[in-house]
Amino acid sequence: MVDLTVELAGLRLKNPVLLASGTCGYGRELSEYFDLASLGGIMVKGTTLRPRSGNITPRIAETPAGLLNSVGLQNPGVKKVIETEIPWLAKQGLGIIVNIAGESPADYAAMAETLDPVAGIDALEVNISCPNVEAGGLAFGTDAKVAADIISWVRAKTKLPVIAKLSPNVTDITEIARAVEAAGADIISLINTLQGMVIDVETGKPVLSRMMGGLSGPAVKPVAVRMVWQVYKAVKTPIIGMGGITTAADALEFIMAGAKAVAIGSATLTNPCAALNVAEGLAEWLVAKGVANINELVGIAHRG
Amino acid sequence: MKTGKVFAEVKESICLKPGFYRLVLKASQMAKEAKPGQFAMLWPTKSQEPLLGRPISLHGIDQKKGEVSFLYQTVGRGTALLANLEAGNEIGILGPLGNGFTLQSNAKKVVLVAGGIGIAPLLPLAAALKNEGKKVELLFGAAKCDFLVGMDAFADLGCAVAVATVDGSLGQKGLATDLLKDSLAKERPGHIYACGPKPMLKAVAEIATESGIPCQISLEERMGCGFGVCMGCVCHQKDENGKEKLARVCKEGPVFEADEVIWHG
Repeated sequence: MVDLTVELAGLRLKNPVLLASGTCGYGRELSEYFDLASLGGIMVKGTTLRPRSGNITPRIAETPAGLLNSVGLQNPGVKKVIETEIPWLAKQGLGIIVNIAGESPADYAAMAETLDPVAGIDALEVNISCPNVEAGGLAFGTDAKVAADIISWVRAKTKLPVIAKLSPNVTDITEIARAVEAAGADIISLINTLQGMVIDVETGKPVLSRMMGGLSGPAVKPVAVRMVWQVYKAVKTPIIGMGGITTAADALEFIMAGAKAVAIGSATLTNPCAALNVAEGLAEWLVAKGVANINELVGIAHRG
Repeated sequence: MKTGKVFAEVKESICLKPGFYRLVLKASQMAKEAKPGQFAMLWPTKSQEPLLGRPISLHGIDQKKGEVSFLYQTVGRGTALLANLEAGNEIGILGPLGNGFTLQSNAKKVVLVAGGIGIAPLLPLAAALKNEGKKVELLFGAAKCDFLVGMDAFADLGCAVAVATVDGSLGQKGLATDLLKDSLAKERPGHIYACGPKPMLKAVAEIATESGIPCQISLEERMGCGFGVCMGCVCHQKDENGKEKLARVCKEGPVFEADEVIWHG
């Protein structure tokens, strides 16, 4: 029997496979397809202080080996999430990570304070990288000082492990990683989506209602692996890697680059059982290779 | 547990008219579970290109043979790839998905309104309604004769069929909604079901609401996942208090009560 358990700054997971925020809702739809307890955890849909109806459609555009989305954080608001989603999720037997997004540092602080005492929550993922909202979002995650400020506001309001979710839309990802580490982030997750655009040549207009969207899927995987590699070298903080993971082999690339855990995003949209397949595939791979513990693989690509 | 994405064998893939195709798949589980008005996500290739499935409504459900069929029009890259399939190929499928039509048991006569390829999900509905002994009338409209596909199967089931084309190349010159007005003037149906382009659905919904006839419509929207997690396909609905709310076409739909839909633009 191989050991798939991982521990990131107090966040213990039975295996390193998570569902990435924004591609799994609050877990209910996927629970119709497989037992959520087979996964390490879920990073729930980006949650805001007040309910948000999101952007107008079209919100999705397909691209070569990927897709653009500009959903715009449609969610029922933190109060409703605590009342209706968390109690149900807490019974499913997997780690619960609540992704929070704000329009101001005070929003983040208020949500952290509200979520801190809620039973069942294992960590907060601070979304400072959503490219699809008017206020905050990406603007917070591309400025090292602002990113650090938000993390320290959240840090001050909760005892839960704080995960900083970084944007890849920056010149130097390690600068942001160092800043959020210094501000008290326990874990770093990356990458959020890359900004992109698709134009319909028949109409001569961008396909998405909001013109630009966030690119995800297999197309972004090499960028994400490269950034995990860089961040692993730059900081001590444990990493959750994500960006185009579809198979166990993809997940292993992230782990070997330095991620202790991985999250499955767009692949879920192409198969509700994608994350389950990755978790099972990892176990099979370890058995086949005679590796007793997944932690032995973390960062091995850095060894000379 | 529901079945995730699986691969299914193509039994038949034929061009009915330029741009219109019928695809028959061996998919016993889907055939067993599917209801009229539901759809499936189809991936024409086994590779990551194209990445997303294509939402296509179920056109035929054959439990005995363990087969499902789809009638579709080629509109882009995904459907063009589907059109290239041959018997024996394997494609990715996920489904059945969505809610499906509600069969009204007290209606003696029902009217189905189809616009163009919107006829596709109405065939299994017509079969189910005929099975319950109802009188079924199909009102089928399209821009021109070349876009009218699939109506013979309704006649074979014993449905009355009326046709309209905008250019008058077949049937009455005009719209499917003109046929609906004529039909309502002759005999009041217990229920209306419609699928087609948005302007047609909006007009059908208005006629049904004015006449006080229960009506269900099947909406189409660009989708990411097809099972409710990506929030890509939302539409606007009225909640129980008449307030505007968002509904996912893939999960709460694709079939909605006509008087609950809020039509923007």
